[in-house]
Amino acid sequence: MKELIKSLVEAYGPSGHEDAVRSILAEVLRGRASELRTDALGNLIAYKKGSGGGKRVMIAAHMDEIGLAVTHVDKKGFLRVASVGGVFPPTLVGGRVRFANGALGVIGCEKWLTANTPTWDEIFVDVGATCPEDAPVGVGDIACFERSFADLGRRLVAKAMDDRIGCAVAAQALLELGDSPHELYFVFTTQEEVGSRGATVSAFGVEPEVALAVDVTLIGDTPEAKPMAVSLGAGPAIKVMDAGMLTHPGVKQWMIATAQAAGIPYQLEVLERGGTDAEVMQRTRGGVPAGCLSIPTRYVHTPSEMVDYDDVQKAVALLVALLSKEITWP
Amino acid sequence: MFLQELAEARGVAGHEQAVRDLVLNAIKPWIDTHRVDALGNLICLRRARGQPTEQGPRKVMLAAHMDEVGLMITGINSDGTLRFGPVGGIDPRVLLSKQVLVGDDAVPGVIGARPIHLTTPADRERVVELDKMAIDIGVTSKSAAEKKVKLGDYVSFRTTFEVLDTEGLRTVKGKAMDDRIGCYVLTELLKTDYAFDLYAVFTAQEEVGLRGAKVAAYAINPDLALVFEGTVCDDIPKDKDISPVTELGKGPALTFMDRSVIADPRLVRLLVRTAERLGIPYQFKRAIAGGTDAGAIHLTREGVPSAVIAVASRYIHAPVSMVSLNDVDHTIQLAREALHTLEGGLEA
Repeated sequence: MKELIKSLVEAYGPSGHEDAVRSILAEVLRGRASELRTDALGNLIAYKKGSGGGKRVMIAAHMDEIGLAVTHVDKKGFLRVASVGGVFPPTLVGGRVRFANGALGVIGCEKWLTANTPTWDEIFVDVGATCPEDAPVGVGDIACFERSFADLGRRLVAKAMDDRIGCAVAAQALLELGDSPHELYFVFTTQEEVGSRGATVSAFGVEPEVALAVDVTLIGDTPEAKPMAVSLGAGPAIKVMDAGMLTHPGVKQWMIATAQAAGIPYQLEVLERGGTDAEVMQRTRGGVPAGCLSIPTRYVHTPSEMVDYDDVQKAVALLVALLSKEITWP
Repeated sequence: MFLQELAEARGVAGHEQAVRDLVLNAIKPWIDTHRVDALGNLICLRRARGQPTEQGPRKVMLAAHMDEVGLMITGINSDGTLRFGPVGGIDPRVLLSKQVLVGDDAVPGVIGARPIHLTTPADRERVVELDKMAIDIGVTSKSAAEKKVKLGDYVSFRTTFEVLDTEGLRTVKGKAMDDRIGCYVLTELLKTDYAFDLYAVFTAQEEVGLRGAKVAAYAINPDLALVFEGTVCDDIPKDKDISPVTELGKGPALTFMDRSVIADPRLVRLLVRTAERLGIPYQFKRAIAGGTDAGAIHLTREGVPSAVIAVASRYIHAPVSMVSLNDVDHTIQLAREALHTLEGGLEA
């Protein structure tokens, strides 16, 4: 599974420009899903036919990552940029970015070293050009972080673990699943980082009876971290709530009972900020019981997001267990 | 000039009737059917002429919003002055000393300001908050005011349209260029045949949250959408080498991303290629700011590929804004050609 993760996290895919990630996933799932299609907003929908008697279930993991959009090329060829999704300037300076055409850039900052926290007005990207004509990219082009995948043994580090790790978990679960009574729609969504836009329209189309997002969540186990009862390596997390959703109590119970029955360790997640595709699936049409299987992740929305490989594998096992049997709650 | 009539019509969000009547009257010969929906959107259909291609869209939605930012009466003071709140995004600094019209009867009023004789330097450093302002309609008692206005009356700016320059950029000024300029573009686009059903929607309540477009798009369920806007233009000298968001006279402004939508990259490419093929000037909107009806339309049902074409408009969301008629003509030309190219479908 590490190879799949590596290829996914290293792919270029800022919000709205998820084509490369979609190609990788389509390649992996071709022949294994009963049907694969791409909708008007670029969501990849992999349908796995059920053996009968089950529910229509949507599993969503988002393909897009945060990025930078060029808003201006100055006379010396430096690029001014704006954020695509939640990018924090302190994570940028000295880092590198990559554009769709492969062009690389270094992120600089005005008055570097004397500046406090850099602001967007002070950030620029240096693509090695000396004039606008020389620049390999222009206004409207979008970059993602440039950072290779690193396998630290137990822990894996990369850009875009948010949410390629969710894509990897969902895809792997689809590959490992045997017969399921449920009509399963694995949706690899677009534009989550700018407001769960892909999930909004794909959930309308799929019209699920139960919905699960697979996404990253924050942790509280680094030095002086804000207290949060989620740690790396303690198992996948079952979301209780975040800023955008209260998990359906039945879905939460179903997830807990399934983990316990399968002997999979889990953590309960209460996230004070942020949201996932689950919140828009929950509110599609007349409403859908929804939950979220979360992968604890350190340094979220930086170029080096870290997950625990054991958590990842157990998340796959839990997702397979959830989708294999009848879905019930009191 | 029809643009003058559009700009001078009063249409604060939720009260678009005057604009709607004006538009409908102007475009009736050019459309097959129309209807006004529950939220006040004017939905016009010009049916396909000619043979649609296999890959081409069947239904294309064009949208421009009829509503403008303004104020609403929230209280009548004992001295006959009127309290008000904003309808849409209004900076309090643009309001003082402005002339307004209140309600359906267009009662004239002035947003009063304390004269300079009575202010201290410290006063002049401060922004007067909205709730410290009042509209003066020239009466001296609550009962006299109540004979002319009532709570909930909308308030529009009183601004005359004028042509400022007939050469060069062909600049005009008037109120509500955001988005009567888009309404004007739409009326022109309706005068041409296309190989798909063209739904031109003059939307309501954009300025308070894309409300009209949301329900209109749901009803139409289009294959593609183009939104026409008047957008931020700040082409004033900058102290750094940083782009203005848009510049007057530099052609239609294309959005690649704003707060509400990431424009479909295929549509953006098509617009850019069309402009370059025909030598039509164009510019990108160079900030990720603001939102448009495309934000609601592209999220409709199973998703609608959408893009935005805007006319650079100086001083928007204020009593008076300014546009270049060259930009307006180029916007119409680009959109018309792009729509014809779209008849063959979107490239992958």
